Amino acid sequence: MKTVAADPKGVDSGPHFMDGDHALAEGALAAGCRFFAGYPITPSTEAAERFAERAPEVGALFIQMEDELASIAALIGAAWAGQKCMTVTCGPGFSLMVENLGLACMTETPMVIANVQRGGPSTGLPTLTAQQDMMQAKYGPHGDNMIIALCPDSPQECFDLTVEAFNLSEFYRVPVIILTDETVGHMHEKVVIPPADQINVVPRNNYSGPKEDCRPYKFDGKGGHPMVRAGDGYNFHVTGLTHNERGYPVMTAEQNNKVVTHLMEKINGNADEIIRLDEDQVDGADVVVVSYGITSRIAVKAIQDARKEGIKVGSLRLITIWPFCEKRIREISARVKAIVVPEINYGQMVLEVERNAGGRCKVISVNHCGGAVHDPQVILDAIRKASQ
Amino acid sequence: MSTQEIRFSGFGGQGIIRCALITGKALSLYDDKFATMTQAFGPEARGSACSAQLVVSDERVLYPYITHPGILMALSQEAYEKYYGELPKGGILIVEEELVKLRGEHPDLRLLRVPATRYAEELGNRLFTNLVALGFFTAVTGVVTADAMKKALPGLVPDRFLKINIKAFDKGYEHGLQMVSKNGEAAP
Repeated sequence: MKTVAADPKGVDSGPHFMDGDHALAEGALAAGCRFFAGYPITPSTEAAERFAERAPEVGALFIQMEDELASIAALIGAAWAGQKCMTVTCGPGFSLMVENLGLACMTETPMVIANVQRGGPSTGLPTLTAQQDMMQAKYGPHGDNMIIALCPDSPQECFDLTVEAFNLSEFYRVPVIILTDETVGHMHEKVVIPPADQINVVPRNNYSGPKEDCRPYKFDGKGGHPMVRAGDGYNFHVTGLTHNERGYPVMTAEQNNKVVTHLMEKINGNADEIIRLDEDQVDGADVVVVSYGITSRIAVKAIQDARKEGIKVGSLRLITIWPFCEKRIREISARVKAIVVPEINYGQMVLEVERNAGGRCKVISVNHCGGAVHDPQVILDAIRKASQ
Repeated sequence: MSTQEIRFSGFGGQGIIRCALITGKALSLYDDKFATMTQAFGPEARGSACSAQLVVSDERVLYPYITHPGILMALSQEAYEKYYGELPKGGILIVEEELVKLRGEHPDLRLLRVPATRYAEELGNRLFTNLVALGFFTAVTGVVTADAMKKALPGLVPDRFLKINIKAFDKGYEHGLQMVSKNGEAAP
């Protein structure tokens, strides 16, 4: 990925005591996002407020839309008008965005959506934490889609991963979803924002060649293809229908095979480059705890206690949720007794772990239906059981 | 110090959340500690007893919520009644002297009373109550340095009220130091 230094106008460098929601907005501004459309919803509202507050001084545009359907529709328009763009929401709002999320995937429109998860289903627990939208992020839209999803465990990572989300989104021309949660969104911690020249951002890549060669799409399973900016004088078409490389509808089985294969493979085929994991003492472990987001911090507390009891336990934290780290789980499952998967849902990412472990080791789900984080003792008990 | 858990509480409008923000910022930006602040966001945060929680540690805070608070600052009767039972033996209980009627002398706790509202009114406005209480808290607990607290104020109190807020902090801080020496306790 070709990167440049961040535009200093959007970078509020220095140490801050900041909540995760604010850090999402700061990460977006640092990454060069200059368009935000959203509809306020707890527990994500503080991110919208921060962006709105900072927008005038940075020269960004903030629009409070009439609802979440309109919010993501505005992002698609803004992206094709040349802007890096973002919205924030939580479960109920994300559900409304799902239709146009599919359109953004099909039209390969870059955007970043932060889902500050709260307890569901439906309106559920507006002010309380959950990780119940992990599968929805990938499987929400109909048809075959592949998105990228990242999961921060702290306000600092809310900043860092938002910058990364924009970079991945620009390069792969795909919506990138930040799956955080109420706890991380609302908790305040130290956040250090680096100087602009130490933040690498992928700039918008707009086509500028001859008109006859203008192709807004290329179906080769790779990233790095330029966008075409509306208003630059090129004739092109953006549609949710199956299309050719100029964007015009070609509704045949052959063309759909080309398009869908590209949409899936530009992510899956580059999974090794995209996926980021945080591992601790995985090699040589009898038990590995696979966790993400706020739950990974609670898990570390349990892991520390288990190690004091002499249990060989490692930690695998998923920073990238989608694409899933299939290869790594296959490797680990061949060498350990068990994998323990705590998550604040009824058991979602554990399904991916089970699928890739393929019966080579035990997989133990430690689920929690939302509204609070785990009691570390519950995770510790699962590790003990797993080690036997 | 390994880990210290603190609850700030009072009623809505007293600047309780601000107390936790100032202390958390002071600790994590200027005192080289790790601090994680969370606050009540449910219906309980809209009026009545208001509370913010701060976990302070020399190492990264893993569990963000308080489970065994060692320090409680209660600036209202309701907050006091709701939370003092959480404190372990030897825990620090700081109450607003004129707003909280104690249910006993709490011999198991280190009880400290501060007339924060009266001092704030003497400075011209009871809005400064939280800063008086924070100064007192800083002096009697030793969790955070006064220097760090003052550095943390810009950005968390309006610029035009910065000086008077520092004055309020100093007032509470001095009262706290006096109380510590009067009680014959070692200064923190």
